[in-house]
Amino acid sequence: MMNNSLNDKEYEIRLFMRRMTVAFFFVALMVLVLVSRLFYLQIIEHDKHQSLSDKNRLEVLPIAPIRGLVYDRNGELLAENLPSHTLSIVVERVDDMSALVERLRELIDLSDEQVERFFKRLSQYRRPYDPIPLKIKLTEDEIAALAANRIFMNGVLVEAELIRQYPEGEAFAHVLGYVGRINEEELRDLDQGAYAGIRFIGKQGVERQYEDVLLGKAGYQRVETNARGRILKVLEKQAPVPGANIHLQLDKALQQKAYDLLEDKRGAVVAIEPKSGGILALVSRPSYDPNLYVTGFPTKLYNELRDSPDKPFLNRAIRGQYPVASTIKPFIGLAGVDGGYTTWTFTRNDNGEYILPNTDQVKYDWKRGGHGIVNLTDAIEESVDTYFYDLAYKMTLEPIHDVLDQFGFGKNTAWDIYNPFVGINPTRQWIKDKHGRSWYAGDTVNLGIGQGFMLATPTQLAIATAVLANNGEWMTPRLMLYSTDASLMDIPEKAQPDVQLNDAANWEKIHFAMQEVLYGKHGTAKRAAEGAAYRFAGKTGTSQVAKIKRDENGEPLDDVPEHLKDHALFIAFAPVDDPQIALAVVVENGGGGSSVAAPIARQLLDEYLLREPNDAQ
Amino acid sequence: MLSDFIRHAPDNSFSRRHSIWQRMHIDIYLFLALLILALAGLVVLYSASGADWGAVYRQGLRFLIGFAAMFIVAQMDPRIFQQWSGIVYVFGVVLLIAVLVLGIGAKGAQRWLAIPGLFRFQPSEIMKISVPVIMAWYISRYSLPPKFKHIIGAAVLLVIPCVLILEQPDLGTSLLIAASGIFVIFLAGLSWKFIASAVVLGVGSLPAAWIFVLREYQKQRVLTFLNPESDPLGAGWNIIQSKTAIGSGGLYGKGYLLGTQSQLDFLPESHTDFIIAVLSEEFGFVGATVLLSLYVVIFIRGMLISVRARDNFCRLLAGSLTLTFFIYVFVNIGMVSGLLPVVGVPLPLVSYGGTSIVTLLTSFGILMSISTHQRV
Repeated sequence: MMNNSLNDKEYEIRLFMRRMTVAFFFVALMVLVLVSRLFYLQIIEHDKHQSLSDKNRLEVLPIAPIRGLVYDRNGELLAENLPSHTLSIVVERVDDMSALVERLRELIDLSDEQVERFFKRLSQYRRPYDPIPLKIKLTEDEIAALAANRIFMNGVLVEAELIRQYPEGEAFAHVLGYVGRINEEELRDLDQGAYAGIRFIGKQGVERQYEDVLLGKAGYQRVETNARGRILKVLEKQAPVPGANIHLQLDKALQQKAYDLLEDKRGAVVAIEPKSGGILALVSRPSYDPNLYVTGFPTKLYNELRDSPDKPFLNRAIRGQYPVASTIKPFIGLAGVDGGYTTWTFTRNDNGEYILPNTDQVKYDWKRGGHGIVNLTDAIEESVDTYFYDLAYKMTLEPIHDVLDQFGFGKNTAWDIYNPFVGINPTRQWIKDKHGRSWYAGDTVNLGIGQGFMLATPTQLAIATAVLANNGEWMTPRLMLYSTDASLMDIPEKAQPDVQLNDAANWEKIHFAMQEVLYGKHGTAKRAAEGAAYRFAGKTGTSQVAKIKRDENGEPLDDVPEHLKDHALFIAFAPVDDPQIALAVVVENGGGGSSVAAPIARQLLDEYLLREPNDAQ
Repeated sequence: MLSDFIRHAPDNSFSRRHSIWQRMHIDIYLFLALLILALAGLVVLYSASGADWGAVYRQGLRFLIGFAAMFIVAQMDPRIFQQWSGIVYVFGVVLLIAVLVLGIGAKGAQRWLAIPGLFRFQPSEIMKISVPVIMAWYISRYSLPPKFKHIIGAAVLLVIPCVLILEQPDLGTSLLIAASGIFVIFLAGLSWKFIASAVVLGVGSLPAAWIFVLREYQKQRVLTFLNPESDPLGAGWNIIQSKTAIGSGGLYGKGYLLGTQSQLDFLPESHTDFIIAVLSEEFGFVGATVLLSLYVVIFIRGMLISVRARDNFCRLLAGSLTLTFFIYVFVNIGMVSGLLPVVGVPLPLVSYGGTSIVTLLTSFGILMSISTHQRV
């Protein structure tokens, strides 16, 4: 019995030992599993976890550079950066979001759209503790209201950032362009490094043309943050380089005046300093407030402007292409006389009709009954169409095309205008490609009075006038006056070869003919020159939009619908002996060039030439 | 066989040389290993708590209380545990019922019982010791291996506290207590056939449990456990960050107090359940392996004590306590390193927290009692 119980005990111990052995191996297996796991994480996957850990703690925060400022030629600010305050919310610090939003709505003006957009962003993927914007561009009152109630609202942030501001608004919208939020498409093409931390990009005009230098260079700081995103340490810092400031050739007062004079009309004014090629004014009307592009265009207003028949988004100065009408006559006259197709003394008897040789086609002068016996000077002074029909017919297309080309038509000669249209300076090849037919003598005759196929922008017209005023010397037309970025000053002095005449005396003679437009007995724009304190030269143009009945002075006989009225054009430069300014005025459906466009030009010349020196400052 | 080797290993030298320790009822090897572990734990805690001396001081105080409890328990003859097992067990079950009726909640679970103005504690901690004691007592009353009816009896003793704790709800503790009881039955020689059929039955009933027992939110929680990356900012955040902390430690670690994951607050619960991640980040694979070795030393010492114990009760109790101890280590490190779902199990003697330290050191007091009270 004793033995038996001892055996039992021995058996029980052996059983326990066996089980303990199993348990031991079980534990050994667990140790092996844990060590393997640690080995796997810490040795094999170490690099992956190291970078995850670094990504957790290290952040490279871009520091946006300050965008370069834009000034006019007198140092007047045209585009600046102003601090704007944004209200955002750190969701993790808020206990009751809907209560907070309700409270905020009591304090500041929040639209349903803003609240809706905020909650939509809440539901999307984001980093914990990232502030989510609720409202941008807070007013002073709103900032004060939020500051006063700040202690009651955990997680509410008011942050300042610089946003673009255009103090001169509509008058400069077309020439300066604007910056807008970088859209998805732009984001794909952008250099991500250069645009780190930057939310706006130049979209039009000067802002777009000089985007690269205005932008500046983004800085960055490498920081260590904790899990709540708080910056604990700045490990490395590279300061941003502000964008270069740009001083434009524009004259703020002149630009503003031109914008005001166009009033409710559709049209454009471009003024150039002939000696330098500097663009003094580049105005298109109607316009829009470029500041709305920065803060976000209200959808309704944007659609209204986009769909308006007046096309306020169209920059007529560089993209409006018009028949130049009689403003072409000085250029063709100059080429005709210098090329020997006519002389200053050659006269024609104008009876108001011109029969195209070898045909029975009759072309009429704008003045019924004609102007009588006229020479070239008279033909420019009175804008005699038949004289130029005849001259153009004698010249044929090629010499006309050449002179137009020499004066910059049909191409872009401006140095730094973003995305201009170039108009049409037709050739025989062009008409074949475009209309599938040959060039007829009738086309040349039409071209002689600036009708037909030729089209030009107000900018091209102004440039050509400046070259004419400059006795053919081509100074590169440009907006740039100077910049803190020296590389921008590397501009070729001449855009193309000077216009060379066989007889340089013809410059003065053509200038004289253009003065007669203003001062001659029959000058088409003589009313515009009355009482002028300086002497100026010009040429009117009235381009037909539709065939309508006219009286003997070319004025329409009946009330004509607005959109069928003629386009009014005028080119001028002054003072004649030392031209300071050349300009082109185009008023769409304005009626006669002499009655509508010339007075505008006169007032602009007065503004530029006669104002007190300190008026501009 | 290994078991024979352990069993016949000479222990005379130990008992003779350290007779003073023997008389003080202290197992010096176990004590030294626990002390080193406790000190190492305090060092890591200082870093994990963000250099908070207050936390280290409070934890040190708990160690003092725990070691005191260990010494007191070590003085008792194992027979006393046997005699008190029933009363403590019934008392514990009553307290668990009281928790469900009167308990205080924390983080959505009722685990605490408070005596107002004095202290509060988790009755489930009592059961961590009481369950293996009463199971060992019950099984060792009969000859081994246990007969079927005794297994049923033992199972009833086990199921009652486990269900009560599960109701709190505290899945982690419930499973670990169940494990300590199952270890007793396993070490007692539960037949392999029985084990195999239980496993088959258990696995087989999982789909049924999934369909009929688990509620929707519980299923969701299980799914998140299985794939933390599906919710990287929510429930999965902890485990992703702890894996990153461990992995970024590399071979030698980032250096003491220089772990960016823990010091910059990316690692949640860094001083409690996830403290091993802090150690692994700052001391690397080497540090983690050294810590693991300490646990293995303690485990082996516990094994030696259990195989040398004087009777079945002592053997089963010591074996179960030792195995349960290591299960804690495995579950904690396993969950922090992403091998196991996250159940709230602290790392023994290193994680910050009061009751678990005192409970663990008390159970080591029982081991010392068994070790130093040989046949009389």
